[in-house]
Amino acid sequence: MDLDLNWMAWTWQTAVFFLTILTFLISMTIWCVVSPQVPRKGILRFETTRGDRLFISLLGSAFICLGWLGFIGGPLWGALGVCFIYAGSVFRWV
Amino acid sequence: MDKPFNNKAWFLVLPVVILVAFSAVIPLMTVVNYSVQDTFGNNAFFWVGTEWFQEMITSERFHNSLIRQFMFTGIILAIEIPLGIFVALNMPKKGWGVPVSLVLMSLPLLVPWNVVGTIWQVFGREDIGLLGAALNGMGIDYNYTQNIFDAWATIIAMDVWHWTSLVALLCYAGLASIPEAYYQAAKIDGASRWATFRYIELPKMQRVLLIAFLLRFMDSFMIYTEPLVVTGGGPGNSTTLLSIDLVKMAIGQFDLGPAAAFSIIYFLIILLISWALYTIMTNYDKGESK
Repeated sequence: MDLDLNWMAWTWQTAVFFLTILTFLISMTIWCVVSPQVPRKGILRFETTRGDRLFISLLGSAFICLGWLGFIGGPLWGALGVCFIYAGSVFRWV
Repeated sequence: MDKPFNNKAWFLVLPVVILVAFSAVIPLMTVVNYSVQDTFGNNAFFWVGTEWFQEMITSERFHNSLIRQFMFTGIILAIEIPLGIFVALNMPKKGWGVPVSLVLMSLPLLVPWNVVGTIWQVFGREDIGLLGAALNGMGIDYNYTQNIFDAWATIIAMDVWHWTSLVALLCYAGLASIPEAYYQAAKIDGASRWATFRYIELPKMQRVLLIAFLLRFMDSFMIYTEPLVVTGGGPGNSTTLLSIDLVKMAIGQFDLGPAAAFSIIYFLIILLISWALYTIMTNYDKGESK
């Protein structure tokens, strides 16, 4: 099959980006089926489920990347590292 | 209560998910694709990476629109919420006044945005508009097309005119749900008018106020038509709010890449604030039911 990448102006980079998020969603769903999620209260003092924590991680990561671009500038590999540390702490403590 | 979630019901919303994906999610992906590329038209795109994001996040133009947007939203919220509460407290509670005031209050909400803009655009003109002519007749130099303060005052007055009713109606609904016994108890205790408001009416209105706040925040943060019709973003760029600036960039200048980066940052800010307000709202409900 011949994939037309001009349609919607796709690039392999953005495709990888969306596929990564899709993978997150699918694996979270599988994780949820294997061990059902129970809400818990973390350092933010309100109940979150694993799905909420994924959302907080992704949204926060977006702002980390924007901040990195604003204060340090591209490329974003360093920011990606910070994002993983941030997401890890969100899943651990929030 | 530690009840595990059962997500099987999500399959029932699959048709909606497909529809929304088609109409919203996939177009949004196109914006992401545009934001990392440059184009000279003819559907030819060149990879530029995060350049547009860096340009936007450090651009004075974006900062200024963002500051103006927060100022606008902040000012209208600071006026509409207290004013809406005040109006709701003074609306008649029984008798013929109830339907009359309810209908009168809902009238501005039924007027479309561009019509509200046109009404105020004409209303404020110094040659044919009642407001403009009256103010100038009284010796106040009012001209919303040339004076920055006048332009701001006009669009804020317009938004207050258009949307205070929504806050007032929501608060009125909140007030209507307070049983009479609460007021009687307050009277027996000799509570002042302020104490009744502070400890009975305000807590009972808190939920609807949060909803009103969220609705007014989101709506004013994406406001486009009204200021565009009245001031067109001027004088200069003084009333160019985020959405007006975005449309100028995307359609006026046809800078698809920067505009896409702009709209993604815009979207992220709205997502963050809406999520925060939503979280406060839902957790407030949980706190109440316990």
